[in-house]
Amino acid sequence: MSRFSKTLIALLVAGAATSAAAWERYPGVGREATPAEVKAWDIDVRPDFAGLPKGRGNVDDGMALWETHCASCHGVFGESNEVFTPLVGGTTQKDIETGRVAALVTGSFPQRTTLMKVPTVSTLFDYIQRAMPWTAPKSLKPDEVYAILAYLLNLAEVVPADFELSDENIHEVQARMPNRNGMTTDHGMWPGASQAKGGIGNGGTPDVKNVACMKDCKKEVVIASALPDYAQDAHGNLAEQNRPVGQTRGKPTGAPGEAAGQNGGAAAAAQPAAGAAATLALANAKGCMACHGVANKVVGPGYNEIAKKYQGQADAAAGLIAKVKAGGQGVWGAVPMPPQGHVSDEELGQLVKWILEGAKAQ
Amino acid sequence: MAMIDARPGRVRPAPENFLTDEQIAAVKDGRRDFLRKAFLTASAAMAAPAVARAAVEGDPAILELPQWSTTLGLPVAANPYGMPSKYERGLQRRESPGLTRVGGSSVAFTPLQGLFGIITPSGLHFERHHQGWHDVDPSKHRLMINGLVKTNAVFTMDDLMRLPSVSRIHFIECGANTGMEWGNVAVPTVQYSHGMLSCSEFTGVPLKDILDMCGADYKKGRFVLAEGADGSSMTRTIPMEMIESGEVLVAYGMNGEMLRPENGYPLRLVVPGVQGVSWVKWLRRIEVGDKPWATKDEAVHYMDLMPDGQHRQYTSIQECKSVITTPSGGQLLLDKGFYNISGMAWSGRGKVTRVDVSTDGGINWRQARLETPVLSKAVTRFNIDWVWDGKPAILQSRAVDETGYVQPTYGQLRAARGTKSIYHNNAIQSWKVVESGEVSNVQVL
Ligand code: HEC
Ligand code: HEC
Repeated sequence: MSRFSKTLIALLVAGAATSAAAWERYPGVGREATPAEVKAWDIDVRPDFAGLPKGRGNVDDGMALWETHCASCHGVFGESNEVFTPLVGGTTQKDIETGRVAALVTGSFPQRTTLMKVPTVSTLFDYIQRAMPWTAPKSLKPDEVYAILAYLLNLAEVVPADFELSDENIHEVQARMPNRNGMTTDHGMWPGASQAKGGIGNGGTPDVKNVACMKDCKKEVVIASALPDYAQDAHGNLAEQNRPVGQTRGKPTGAPGEAAGQNGGAAAAAQPAAGAAATLALANAKGCMACHGVANKVVGPGYNEIAKKYQGQADAAAGLIAKVKAGGQGVWGAVPMPPQGHVSDEELGQLVKWILEGAKAQ
Repeated sequence: MAMIDARPGRVRPAPENFLTDEQIAAVKDGRRDFLRKAFLTASAAMAAPAVARAAVEGDPAILELPQWSTTLGLPVAANPYGMPSKYERGLQRRESPGLTRVGGSSVAFTPLQGLFGIITPSGLHFERHHQGWHDVDPSKHRLMINGLVKTNAVFTMDDLMRLPSVSRIHFIECGANTGMEWGNVAVPTVQYSHGMLSCSEFTGVPLKDILDMCGADYKKGRFVLAEGADGSSMTRTIPMEMIESGEVLVAYGMNGEMLRPENGYPLRLVVPGVQGVSWVKWLRRIEVGDKPWATKDEAVHYMDLMPDGQHRQYTSIQECKSVITTPSGGQLLLDKGFYNISGMAWSGRGKVTRVDVSTDGGINWRQARLETPVLSKAVTRFNIDWVWDGKPAILQSRAVDETGYVQPTYGQLRAARGTKSIYHNNAIQSWKVVESGEVSNVQVL
């Protein structure tokens, strides 16, 4: 019934009053948004800095914030390739002058980092403000975003170490973005009006033109590439990824155990594993896998490492359940695990037992 | 027909039974000729004169009544929400190992090798999330409209589901579908090469109706920002022309039920013909503006890197493309003889008008049958007869859309765009068939 509360009715009336005609078509549907509501959600920042909140932050503060909120995934210098492609690297002073990142042509840097690609500094502000840190998005205040962005730009040597970034000088930084001239919209893949008509691109003209030849279309068939041997088995047992009836079967590939007995084998192996698979699904659902790998460290330790550490300690489970619930740091390093209050005790029991038993997928 | 069909195929044991463990080991050792031999032995037995077969009274699957013919089955509603047969468990969404580093920013591919017709079962719709997925409480979900509108507005799900609705079938393809294959062959099956493709019936409200209500300024507001309610609050710029055409939907329904959580429950944008990233999931806000936004997924990703180091920005249309799904990479043909080559074709620019199929690597082509319905910006199923003579073959399909655009070869696509892009690879796919019946992924220029 709250839907018909007094405030809402007042709002409906207000909405109707401001533009009666528009609402008339579907009476009773929708209402006007309050200014506070729009402010709460309208957080986007455009390349012309429309939407940019007022604020400021310097490189030093940014570094401290970065170490607390960002370094665990992106590395202290934004260089880590563990969780995502590196954010920083591959740009030069020359690029800052020309506004074109040379490494994108030469391939001289192993990855294509964020700073190599992004043409607009607004994009970084907007994205960090809306989505980072990955496990706690929208938790940063504008001044914190300014500071973190200043630090990130300093890592790429776009701004000096004593720089303070603010809404007043951010357009000067834009003029130093290493790849600011690296974009083209001269293509036919924008589904709206062409640039000439106020939109983007050439109005839809494709860049390749094949013809539907039907007979004797070429003299020879050139196979440019085939599946490399190592990739044959990289996707598991293909026999188990196809139907057991029909025109074809999947080819047995993958680890020897997996292939045995083809479809029958898969069925048999799947049975006793249901509990483990369900727990893995639970770990995914509860967000544990965002920070833990089974065999590898992500933000927190790999589950196999945890199992190894507590092997043979019969009472380990109770302590770990309490630890995960309350969060904490220091056992594996300085990075804290946030409290996992959204997980019930029963589920935590199941998760910790599964981790200690080797975190099997099946 | 009254006569007993005595053709040998009818009493042949299920083919998986001729693969002994040794033979499977032989495949792994690279001795792939064994299958051919196994088939030859099997077919020799089958081709033997009727007298020799007299010992075989018939197929045990017929002669010995199975348990399901002789016992009582399960009651209704034993599965209150029905699930596929246990024998279908091989067909699941799967990740490609090593493609991404964390499951919350990753992809699970649709098993196209097992699908029929044009609709993707909702449970097999591909997944691509940037910051994990949530099961959003629909009673707490809101859609806000703001920007260049007379009235900034808020709609509840109750509101949206009261408005006149439409239902339309469209494909959705991730811009990075087939992206792993720009430079060379990288993955074994069509699930991993093309499985960021799904096609569903979507139900919802044309965004135009909602913007009309709010008094959108269509003169100045030529761009729209769509924003999600998840952690990433995915944002993408959509051209107003598409919204004015009435085809962009604010959708809550998929294949007759609500959207699945992984696909944006309870609300997502449907932008027909455009790459999946623009179909913003968990849609919470639409802003009307006079310029594009250059959001993270428009200024760092979903851009096409050209050989000259420039990125093409705001590339959004999924150009005409097709792929043969049966037979396809990682499969085995069990015998010589007749096959129904079957596949999918789609175009972000409208209807597919024609699909041609080659079995000789593109030297000669035959026109395939397009099965109905053939809908604009939807998957179209094609089929064509093929009698395999047991010799090596290379299967390809080539789609043409209503603009006259013909799906390009790898050679043509690379001549225009190089090999460094991740996005918008719509080249003709080739599957090589060798004498053993094995089908594998190759690229033909
Ligand atoms: C728990 C791990 C984690 C933490 C902590 C984290 N990030 Fe991220 N970050 C990611 C992941 C994963 C992505 C890729 C998201 C996607 O796929 O859309 C990402 C993407 C980014 C990007 C865009 C990169 C690109 O090229 O697309 C930026 C910029 C960024 N993060 C900055 C930050 C900042 C600043 C912080 C701290 C305030 C932070 N991140 C904290 C995991 C993390
Ligand atoms: C935001 C990242 C993050 C998330 C989400 C997270 N963890 Fe952790 N986890 C960590 C870090 C960091 C540590 C190391 C803490 C330390 O050094 O004491 C850790 C440690 C652990 C440990 C070992 C504790 C010890 O004292 O040895 C267990 C067990 C564990 N996590 C389980 C879980 C489970 C189960 C979940 C999901 C409910 C989860 N974690 C979610 C980051 C995370």
